[in-house]
Amino acid sequence: MISPDDVEKIAHLADIGLPRERLGEFMKEFNAILEYFDILDTVREEAGAMEGVINVMRDDKITSSLSQEDVLSLTKEPEDGFIRAPRVME
Amino acid sequence: MTVIIGLEIHCQLTTRAKLFCGCSTDYRDDPPNTHTCPTCLGLPGSLPVLNRKAVEYALKVGKALNCSIPEEAEFARKNYFYPDLPKGFQITMYDRPLAVDGYLDIEADDGMEKRVQITRVHMEEDPGRLVHVGSGDRARYSLVDYNRSGIPLIEIVTDPDLRSPKEARRFINTLRTTLEYLGVFDGEREGGLRVDANISMEGGNRVEVKNISSYKGVEKALTFEITRQRNVLRRGLTVERETRHFLEARGVTTSARSKEEEHDYRYFPEPDLRPLRVKDWFDQIVLPELPAARKLKFIENYCLSPTHGATLSGELICANFFENVLKYRPENIKFNQLVATWIADTLLGELNYRDMSLNKVPPEYFRELMEVLIKNEITDKAAVEVLRIMLDEIFHNKNLEDPRAIVARLNLGKAGGSEFGPVIREVVEANPAAVKDLRGGKNEALNYLVGQAMKRTRGRADPKELARMIREAIRLKEAAT
Amino acid sequence: MNPLIIARGDDPYNAFITRCDGMPAGKGRLAGIRVAVKDNISTRGIPTSCGSRILTGYSPPYNAHVVDLILREGAVIAGKTNMDEFGMGSSTENSAFGPTKNPVDPARVPGGSSGGSAAAVAAGMVPMALGTDTGGSIRCPAAFCGIVGLKPSYGRVSRYGLVAYANSLEQIGPFARTVQEVALLMEVISTYDSRDSTMLDQPFAPRLDGDVKGLRIGVPSEFFGAGVDPSVATKVHEAIGVLEEHGARVIPCSMPSMAYALAAYYVTCTSEASSNLARFDGVRYGPAGDIRMPWHDAFREVRERGFGEEVRRRILLGTFALSAGYYGKYYGKAQAARRNVSTDFTRVFRQVDIIAGPTMPTVAFRIGEKTKPLSMYLSDILTVPANLAGVPAVSVPCGRVQGLPVGLQIMGKPFEDARVLDVAYAYEQEAKP
Repeated sequence: MISPDDVEKIAHLADIGLPRERLGEFMKEFNAILEYFDILDTVREEAGAMEGVINVMRDDKITSSLSQEDVLSLTKEPEDGFIRAPRVME
Repeated sequence: MTVIIGLEIHCQLTTRAKLFCGCSTDYRDDPPNTHTCPTCLGLPGSLPVLNRKAVEYALKVGKALNCSIPEEAEFARKNYFYPDLPKGFQITMYDRPLAVDGYLDIEADDGMEKRVQITRVHMEEDPGRLVHVGSGDRARYSLVDYNRSGIPLIEIVTDPDLRSPKEARRFINTLRTTLEYLGVFDGEREGGLRVDANISMEGGNRVEVKNISSYKGVEKALTFEITRQRNVLRRGLTVERETRHFLEARGVTTSARSKEEEHDYRYFPEPDLRPLRVKDWFDQIVLPELPAARKLKFIENYCLSPTHGATLSGELICANFFENVLKYRPENIKFNQLVATWIADTLLGELNYRDMSLNKVPPEYFRELMEVLIKNEITDKAAVEVLRIMLDEIFHNKNLEDPRAIVARLNLGKAGGSEFGPVIREVVEANPAAVKDLRGGKNEALNYLVGQAMKRTRGRADPKELARMIREAIRLKEAAT
Repeated sequence: MNPLIIARGDDPYNAFITRCDGMPAGKGRLAGIRVAVKDNISTRGIPTSCGSRILTGYSPPYNAHVVDLILREGAVIAGKTNMDEFGMGSSTENSAFGPTKNPVDPARVPGGSSGGSAAAVAAGMVPMALGTDTGGSIRCPAAFCGIVGLKPSYGRVSRYGLVAYANSLEQIGPFARTVQEVALLMEVISTYDSRDSTMLDQPFAPRLDGDVKGLRIGVPSEFFGAGVDPSVATKVHEAIGVLEEHGARVIPCSMPSMAYALAAYYVTCTSEASSNLARFDGVRYGPAGDIRMPWHDAFREVRERGFGEEVRRRILLGTFALSAGYYGKYYGKAQAARRNVSTDFTRVFRQVDIIAGPTMPTVAFRIGEKTKPLSMYLSDILTVPANLAGVPAVSVPCGRVQGLPVGLQIMGKPFEDARVLDVAYAYEQEAKP
């Protein structure tokens, strides 16, 4: 069981809000899902882990970049070639 | 008070393309957002592919730092939200780094050699660059340039083995030189090296100082911290465990209050990249000559003094310049030592004064100047004048004259004694008081007289020679009376 | 070429978000064929929304690899199809553009998350479509709409240009009405791409000759467990029976890891999604944040405005599963569970050539019927194992229950996509009336 406070902390960490209107319902559903995940506690890993591909790399070659115009056309109100963003406290 | 310092150093690698895409890394002179692609912009659907050269460079660093290579290394995501981090996570390495448990030997504060342990070396991508519009607390918004996003970085973490700001600076210098010798790092690139330092005093709490971008800054930041922490302790308080920012311009550290106290980066293995098994590759790497070996070569083969050996090998550009001037021929010891002296004691200073790079000085021109000097064609003073003229010509993008041309043009050639005869007699006649003092045993008077003679010969005469001639002239005069 | 937002009248099932018209036909294996493309696959200059408000106004400046491939073979992009937002759902009810309706019964869901692509094919609007499958998102709508849908082996088709939901689980795959057409589209899209580090260069050459003599079919008991509708189970047993009549042999088996496969899937996909969706901050594309606010406030507001509830729920679940102190219990255990699922498959595949069972535990349910998220997640129980293990899996129609289609799921060894299609083809031919 996870408390609304804990979910608030997660929401803060994820920078995402909780649905205020249906918070109670949301919490119930959330906890039901987490309870379902508890079955993972019973997992004991068996031997014989799979080997995958390794060392996938490419040559140090320059390929063409997007033009500044292409990049800036995706955003609103670029300034002198820069992309605007809300201010960060430093 | 015991001071314990550990460093985390981030260096940009000099590959041609970025770490996970083919955008060029040569972005510094170009307008913002002109070196980006879906991958380094983090556009939805983009994927990373690892640059082999970056791995090669990172392995070279691991080898030069005497590290061992674990069986498997793996990239991981470090998740946090910031406008300069286009994917909302940074691809880095977490609990399975590339190289571990190495060391770098440096000069300790007491002059002895000291071994600094390297905890780990790993690879990660650089975020973009943030510029603030409006000042400090009243910044209105931010502007972002993603040209830097995706540049390959290597992160080197030391054990808390350093004991003073000067030692920290010396460590960074030695590390930087080593990386330059490996050919994986360019110290001239602005912002190519960034340092975070951890410092604690007298077993107190650890303070992390971020945002240091030069090795001089490291010494300044740590010196300030020590003072600050001493003041805190003096007031009977405890030093808080916190993260602080270094403000280079003001030379102070400030508390990073607005950031979240706990950074839960929720690391997990990067699912878009495959693990690395590079032990065999590492074993086969052959390193180029490193600073310590170069220094030894300068001292033993070129017969330089340990000090000059250290100075000249201390920067790759300098070491190469020195050997270029000598045309890599160590046989003429006197010439070697002359060149070494002039580079270390004069040229570097003159360059520093003009904020000029040694790269701009053609080695052949400097060699010619040294040849003119060693053949006794000009005095030391004249040589300095010629050097300054040459550097100024380079600095102002004028046509560079060769040294002999300058000597001829300004008539700086060392004259024989006969030419100075009249000047000597003039000086002796014009300064009876000084002559009297000299006869009376006051040797400073000789310096005065030599100075007068130097002025009149425009430095073309050797001061020792002038002194001899003045004494001789006085003696002759005395004998005549 | 002009992308249009379609008029409702042209698209009674709401299969499309964007319709494209007037493209010249080209030459090649797909010459002139109109292919619908799921809206989480990047198409240059054509809006790509992933079924979400947070990408309003975004048209990618590049094509996904598979899009370049189909265009190169002369295909025409018919449009971008509706989907559960960012692939999160099994019914295409979680779209910011309204639900897609099942052409077989418009009061019911077409399945998800690739419901739009499946509906477009099932309704005859296009002969072929591309979808994506993270936990069943191709196979589920194929089963519910009565068409063929293939989830290729993991690493078989380039993900370059696929907007990531769960990187270690998902693949782009083909929809069509027949196995042969699915095989054709699969052939085109499976060309190697060095821009995807998780992709392998493997040949794809289905025989499609209908021969199943000596084929060993594994039928795990867990695939016919309690949650499976008995009439669905019956239809699937009948279908397997048809293969037996033509020379195949059924070998009963067991895969105990199925007990926690669904939990492992949801922990993994929500964790990866919580990270993949962090880039949507309105700075470089999409609706911008409020420039008057400080960064974190603006960022939070963009996400609240732009993400639907299911997306936000999964981001929270994933953030929690990766958070300090919980990583081992959730993400760590999920990866161990996943390795066990792979081991189960490997073990069973030593005795059998393919594994068969129902694609979905039920037929298509009504729009609005499943209100609890967990009950929606449980419907993925038969499809997620193939994603966890990275094996190829196809759903081929095998009859109807009360007029609603049932899907037969056939799974094969990693990179035996051709064999899987061969068996599906054989069934399809043999089951013809």
